[in-house]
Amino acid sequence: MSSIADWATPNPVTENRSGLIGKAVDRYEGPLKVTGTAPYAYEVEAPSPPVQGAIVTSAIARGRVAAIDTAEAEASPGVLLVWTHKTIPAQGARGARINPRSQRPSSPVMDSDEVRYFGETVAFVVADTLENARAAAALIKVTYDELWAVVDFPASLGLAENPPGEEDVRIGDFETAFAAAPVTLDETYTSPIQNHVQMEPCATTAWWDGDKVTVHTSIQMVKGGQHALAETLMIPSDDVHLLTRYIGGGFGGKGQSYDDLSLAALAARELKRPVKVAYTRQQMMLGTIHRPATIQRVRLGATPDGRLTAFALDGYTHCARDALFTEHFANFARSLYAAPNRLTGHKLVKMDLPGAGPMRAPGEASGMLSLEVAMDELAEKLGLDPIQLRLINEPERDPETGKPFSIRQLARCMNEGAQHFGWDRRNPKPGQVRDGRWWVGMGMAAAIRADYLLPAKAGARITADGTITLLQGMTDIGTGTYTILAQITAETLGVPLSQVRVEIGDSNLPPAPGSGGQFGASTAGSAALDAGMKLRVALAHLAVGDPNSPLYGASPDLVTFDDGKIRFGNQSEDLSTLVARAAPEGVYAEGSISPPADRRDVSLHTYGAHFAEVGVDMDTGEVRMRRMYGVFAAGRILNAKTAKSQITGGMIWGVGTALTETNSVDPRYGSLINQDVGGYLVPVHADIVDLDAVFLDEVDDKANPMGIKGVGELGISGAGAAIANAIYNACGVRLRDYPMTPDKVLAGLIAAGL
Amino acid sequence: MRPFTYERATDAASAVKAVSDNPNARFLAGGTNLLDLMKLEIEHPTHLVDVGRLPLAAIEETADGGLRIGAMATNSLVAADPRVRARYPVLAQAIIHGGSPQLRNKATVGGNLMQRTRCAYFYDTTKPCNKRQPGAGCSALEGLNRNAAILGASEHCIATNPSDMSVALTALGAGVEAMTATGAVRALTVADLHLAPGDTPHIETALSAGELITAVTLPPAPTGGQVYRKARDRASYAGGLAMVAVAGGQIALGGVAYKPWRALKAEAALAAGQTPAAAAEAELADARDSGRNAFKIALTTRLTVAAIAQAQGGKS
Amino acid sequence: MKTTMTVNGQASTLDLDPRTTLLDALREHLNLKGSKKGCDHGQCGACTVLVNGVRINSCLSLAVMHDGDAVTTIEGLGVVGALHPLQEAFLKQDAFQCGYCTPGQICSAAGMLKELADNWPSQETADLTAAIVATDAEIRERMSGNICRCSAYPQILAAIRDVVGAVA
Repeated sequence: MSSIADWATPNPVTENRSGLIGKAVDRYEGPLKVTGTAPYAYEVEAPSPPVQGAIVTSAIARGRVAAIDTAEAEASPGVLLVWTHKTIPAQGARGARINPRSQRPSSPVMDSDEVRYFGETVAFVVADTLENARAAAALIKVTYDELWAVVDFPASLGLAENPPGEEDVRIGDFETAFAAAPVTLDETYTSPIQNHVQMEPCATTAWWDGDKVTVHTSIQMVKGGQHALAETLMIPSDDVHLLTRYIGGGFGGKGQSYDDLSLAALAARELKRPVKVAYTRQQMMLGTIHRPATIQRVRLGATPDGRLTAFALDGYTHCARDALFTEHFANFARSLYAAPNRLTGHKLVKMDLPGAGPMRAPGEASGMLSLEVAMDELAEKLGLDPIQLRLINEPERDPETGKPFSIRQLARCMNEGAQHFGWDRRNPKPGQVRDGRWWVGMGMAAAIRADYLLPAKAGARITADGTITLLQGMTDIGTGTYTILAQITAETLGVPLSQVRVEIGDSNLPPAPGSGGQFGASTAGSAALDAGMKLRVALAHLAVGDPNSPLYGASPDLVTFDDGKIRFGNQSEDLSTLVARAAPEGVYAEGSISPPADRRDVSLHTYGAHFAEVGVDMDTGEVRMRRMYGVFAAGRILNAKTAKSQITGGMIWGVGTALTETNSVDPRYGSLINQDVGGYLVPVHADIVDLDAVFLDEVDDKANPMGIKGVGELGISGAGAAIANAIYNACGVRLRDYPMTPDKVLAGLIAAGL
Repeated sequence: MRPFTYERATDAASAVKAVSDNPNARFLAGGTNLLDLMKLEIEHPTHLVDVGRLPLAAIEETADGGLRIGAMATNSLVAADPRVRARYPVLAQAIIHGGSPQLRNKATVGGNLMQRTRCAYFYDTTKPCNKRQPGAGCSALEGLNRNAAILGASEHCIATNPSDMSVALTALGAGVEAMTATGAVRALTVADLHLAPGDTPHIETALSAGELITAVTLPPAPTGGQVYRKARDRASYAGGLAMVAVAGGQIALGGVAYKPWRALKAEAALAAGQTPAAAAEAELADARDSGRNAFKIALTTRLTVAAIAQAQGGKS
Repeated sequence: MKTTMTVNGQASTLDLDPRTTLLDALREHLNLKGSKKGCDHGQCGACTVLVNGVRINSCLSLAVMHDGDAVTTIEGLGVVGALHPLQEAFLKQDAFQCGYCTPGQICSAAGMLKELADNWPSQETADLTAAIVATDAEIRERMSGNICRCSAYPQILAAIRDVVGAVA
């Protein structure tokens, strides 16, 4: 019925008459955040002071709890409750859905004596204070019957299978073309397990009122959390009121709920008082999802002039046994470069490790680490500039589906980035530039990240004082959702930003899918635009039907909105005047977005190009980023300030990926070894020097009604590869194993006689 | 944390007595290491004696032309002291390469000397560790031991001392003053403070129970350049993979052993007129790796060569 | 045990379990929830507060250690409508995203400004005996005890630069 062609019709966002769209306005919730008064989940005011929980986690990777001695803990001061798998109240069966429309099934905690990974919850304590709860938790003694566990990924590739319902994707005849190619590259690249390290650990505050529970929790997906909890508690989802107003970072890791949510709700019911539960940092490292490791093989065949004839990216990744997830590191490659003969695919190993799951740009973030280094290597073999090689292989249409690109400005990103960065000063021969004890080199990589649009709803209400409130079960994980929803709403209704309020993060509000996959702004924003349009219609009808309005009798289709007024020709009145007089109880309208079927007929992506300059310490092999620049094309930009922050944040994740971030498994214990932020190193301020990014002017009218696209995940896509390529250019050491720590660089230097 | 009682000491002698009399008592100074370990149930004191406000924070000239630094001086104040910066730049450099400003503002000189290893297996109480539980075994020996010791380790423990400050103090030949249970003050050296792990890695220092470090003494600054170099995975706020302090002809290595490692063989080689490379190789000739830390031998060698060369070049 | 602190200018006497960290005393006993618990082990900086004007990790300090001390938290620097210049600058430069590390960043920056004024060195200080120049490298190094996983570092630098002023 609807079609992407409809989006060519102008609307208030695309017309942008008051100029709010794209404007670098400050964050809507910023004053609360800079004063420390935005209440995160552990900090909300409960009806009475909450008591506090502490979680005990397993010390083995796989097996059964043989015995738990809780006597000392139960006798410990202040303890109100101690639960194990034997004593926790009944919960919905794992994976069950009482309500078939639940977006998530039951997620019970301690539902059996089975241990499925190191760091799984095995006991839980609530006490009057956190000090007492944690002290009691430490007194619980658990013994295990341990079972053999699959925990060593590189040693377990023999167990790999195709992800459910997936086969390798083949176009043409890759093997024959690769064998015949005059110039070839065949290399394997590895990336480690990574952790989201959201600054705010998972946390929930819960209380009950009769049969209904209110939970404030830190989660990216409102409905998912509400439904999972309802199924776990075996109650109707309407009896779960889930709120998540401020979220201290998500990055995909909080796309699902964790045991803090179920335990807080269960304990609050049992104790008949508010309970709050937070994960420790160690529990965040051990017991939440992570980005799984990958082993990727890239095979490229090319003609001497640089035309790709054979193209393959395939390999291995892993996930938990009972929570299938595939890090689709090869999917992006199906849309990036032209080549007639192609092979892409994934093999999955089910392991007894904490769940694998989405982490900022799942797929692209891992896969571009391999392909974009392979392209650098191939360029060198061909004697081509890396940008030139990419330009030679720019496809006219999506290389596998043949679909037209909605818009593709990758070449412009590379060319403009090169010019701004001074790429022409790069010496293609490695190890030629010195600055004191540092070898200095430059690298680049392309960026691509798929663009999505999901169904969503939104509500818009105007009250008698003229305030317009946008209402949506959406989240803001730091992405700027509050702010862009305010901008869209203000622009749509023609009112100043100061007249708009935004209420999100509440399961009672019109549902939106939440934050993830860089679909948030497009999805939530499109619904907000529609809600605003529906409110305009309602207000127009209100005015033209009101004999006391100067617009009385006008055609509602010709009414316009600007400057806080509703207008027809020379006649106008303030929205607040109209509503206070004609609808003092306020006017509410609901809108929605539903992706039309023909949106699938175009190839929709965001694009970019990364440029990096690094120094490599000649003595130690330490790598330090010196300069980084990115040019990105991501449709119309809603807020120049918050969009840029998203992009530069993603680029910095690429720096961490390239240089420091890794969660190592000790296969003897099946446990991650670096369990805190002193052991798992994310970039600190000193690591990030002279980093900047720009967006190209772009409108993608095939993406959604606003012509925008997501920016949250594009920045990390390819960024780490640019750093890796710069390391090679600096010192001639080609590394294919992330992260590129001093031990690996030094081994390369020594092998090269340096 | 297990329950404990807390008292704030009013004078050093009574603090020493309080801890000497109670085997489950500990001194608490800045708390940046002890509280970290108590939260993880690695340390379980039942009584804490807060020595942080004892009047032991002064930095004074000594009769021999050195400095005496009170044990309760914060790391930041030592690094900021004009006399330290002018005469012992290697010490200021070492301190400001460690931790974060917030940690240095709280951590004391005495506490820094007493800080325990950052070995991941020591920190994970589900893993065997001879330091935590004598006789349990060492998980690091055949584990992910990238940061383990290459000098002075034993088959019972390959943990390293993480301190930056102590490396510079060792290169400077610093002394330690400690008050014993009798109230007497005895002198030892920073180089002799830490004990080789041997088969008792849980016994980490030469101090007896209840003995309190009251000061660190610096001899007159050596002639010659002073240099501090630290190799690490990120640019700041990270433990060292290897550290080197050079103070004139005196050299100490960090991150490579259970203690800041005075490189006497390298010093002797330099004194005999050998090259920095020969000196470094002489010191590392006895180095042994445990697998993933093998790179540290080359890393430490190269870092030592570079630091010596830089010091000899007169730069600091 | 009884502990008296002056917090944001107001004297408060609390009767505390000695195990209570300064961070938990602020958050759970004084209802000052601006200081955040990110790691609880001194590895992230989200809990940074000023004690007697000096920035520390409040998670690695017992509240009872601070009897008689003056503590300043983010709530003591400025409030909505009357922001501290650093808060204004963070807002203007978009120097935060999720906001969870932000109070710690701002308190840390406030402490850093005093350390700069007092001529304390950092590892970026080339000449330990000269007056310190607040270069970008100095500011980055001095703010490295505060992790921002959203990675607003370029924006944080810009915000602090707004307050420090450009280096001649």
